[in-house]
Amino acid sequence: MSANTGTAREAVISIRDLSVAFASRRVLDRVSLDVYRGEIVALVGGSGSGKTTILRQVVGLARPDSGTVAVSGSDLTSCSEAELAAVRRKIGVAFQESALFTSLTVEENAALPLHELTALADPVIALMAWIKLRAVGLADARQLFPRELSGGMKKRAAIARAIALDPDILVLDEPSAGLDPIIAAGLDELILVLKRSFGMTVLVVTHALESAFRIADRVAMLYQGSLIAVGTPSEFKASPHPRVRQFVQGQPERLADATEGFAASFLKEFKA
Amino acid sequence: MLAAVGRAAIGSATNVGALAIQLWRSVLRLPAALPVVGHRRRWRTAVQQMMAIGVSALPVVALMSFCLGFVASLQAAAELRRYGATRYVVEFTAIAFTRELGALITAVAVAGRSASAIAAEVSTMVVSQEVDALTVMGLDPIDFTLAPKYLGALVTLPCLTILSMVFGIAAGYCFLAASIEMTVRAFVRDALAAIMLRDLVLTLIKSLLFATIVVHVGYMEGLRVSGGPEAVGRGTTAAVVKATFFVILTDLAATALFYAMGWSAAG
Repeated sequence: MSANTGTAREAVISIRDLSVAFASRRVLDRVSLDVYRGEIVALVGGSGSGKTTILRQVVGLARPDSGTVAVSGSDLTSCSEAELAAVRRKIGVAFQESALFTSLTVEENAALPLHELTALADPVIALMAWIKLRAVGLADARQLFPRELSGGMKKRAAIARAIALDPDILVLDEPSAGLDPIIAAGLDELILVLKRSFGMTVLVVTHALESAFRIADRVAMLYQGSLIAVGTPSEFKASPHPRVRQFVQGQPERLADATEGFAASFLKEFKA
Repeated sequence: MLAAVGRAAIGSATNVGALAIQLWRSVLRLPAALPVVGHRRRWRTAVQQMMAIGVSALPVVALMSFCLGFVASLQAAAELRRYGATRYVVEFTAIAFTRELGALITAVAVAGRSASAIAAEVSTMVVSQEVDALTVMGLDPIDFTLAPKYLGALVTLPCLTILSMVFGIAAGYCFLAASIEMTVRAFVRDALAAIMLRDLVLTLIKSLLFATIVVHVGYMEGLRVSGGPEAVGRGTTAAVVKATFFVILTDLAATALFYAMGWSAAG
């Protein structure tokens, strides 16, 4: 693994030797990754590379076969339900499908965590929800229901709900999937603004490399369940790893086979 | 073959176990859905569920009960007339509805309407990651979704059952008034003589059991859904079939138990 840039910094998310298998298929193989306070890490990789599996581990929706996931110092793989609940208060998650509650308006969606998990008075909650909706640019759409929103607006609403409780960590699953490039770029802008104005640590899972390069302090690439490259966008672009090169240049799988021999010799060199 | 039987047995045992855990957790969360002592927003959801499960089922339950009450009286009268005992149709219909049919018709109607609706709603929540979203927000889907539905069903099913009894027995009167010109006075006197408070209580207990089955089977079938939108359809069908089946199975077990324990008014 490369880019040991922040040893002095505090790791907010710390993944160690994480392995997960579904049935007999190994989805994650001894993955280790640190996300430091205040940075944006983009986890990239092709479909089925294990990105979403890592995300589900980090937010405590699934437990690994081996290895540990620590968030804010609590090991999610061994902590109690109460500890897990406390950690979850520090994480905001925006899912790929947005996962807005269809029977609630945008405003009610954004206010839901406040209503449910705090004892604040209703006017205070309304104001806080408005601030968050304002931050994601949805203040005018707050009375709409999720079915009345466009794809980009849904993602923004999901982000507004994810940051409702001012989490330390924001986890985004494919924020730009299914969006046109302009809307996707707008979301990237939003993620950067959130990082700057709320000081959040952001873990983005995405397959859109250009988006990852635009927002991320560091990019990590998963390939077949293993982390094959971690580094700043420029380090990442310069990576000699054949799979990374293939991904960066957007080559199809067939062409990659031609470089297989090179990969084998590279790996031999690497091990030596 | 043996392996298939074993797998099926393990599968159903797992299901029953999961259902039992789900039931227990939702019972623990029920107080939160109550008014005053519970969570204001849960109670609001519970009231919405009472409307969805109970109030909107009124017409269908009333109509089904009336029709079945009429049919039952007709069939009973066809036999009893041969012994010159047509007026015992009153007793027959009153007993049939207070002991059995009131709760059963209601449960079957609600299983058809609400088990499917619950399964569809929950499976849509699973597919659109809403259940995951609740979990990572630190909200328990059982607390948030299941408990208010359960409370709604527990309140409305006994009410619907009483409504069903009223309509079924009224249908018996309509039949008798038309066929042997029985007076209301005579009918009410005979019907009240046949109805036992004990039967009513036992039947209402049954309706609580049926409410439990409809809501929990619907919820569990919804949660089990994985995959795309077509899985939602399969889940709702399975929910109705299983809920109806378990309602009848439970009816059998409960009735047998009530007689075995000597709680029933008969004999």
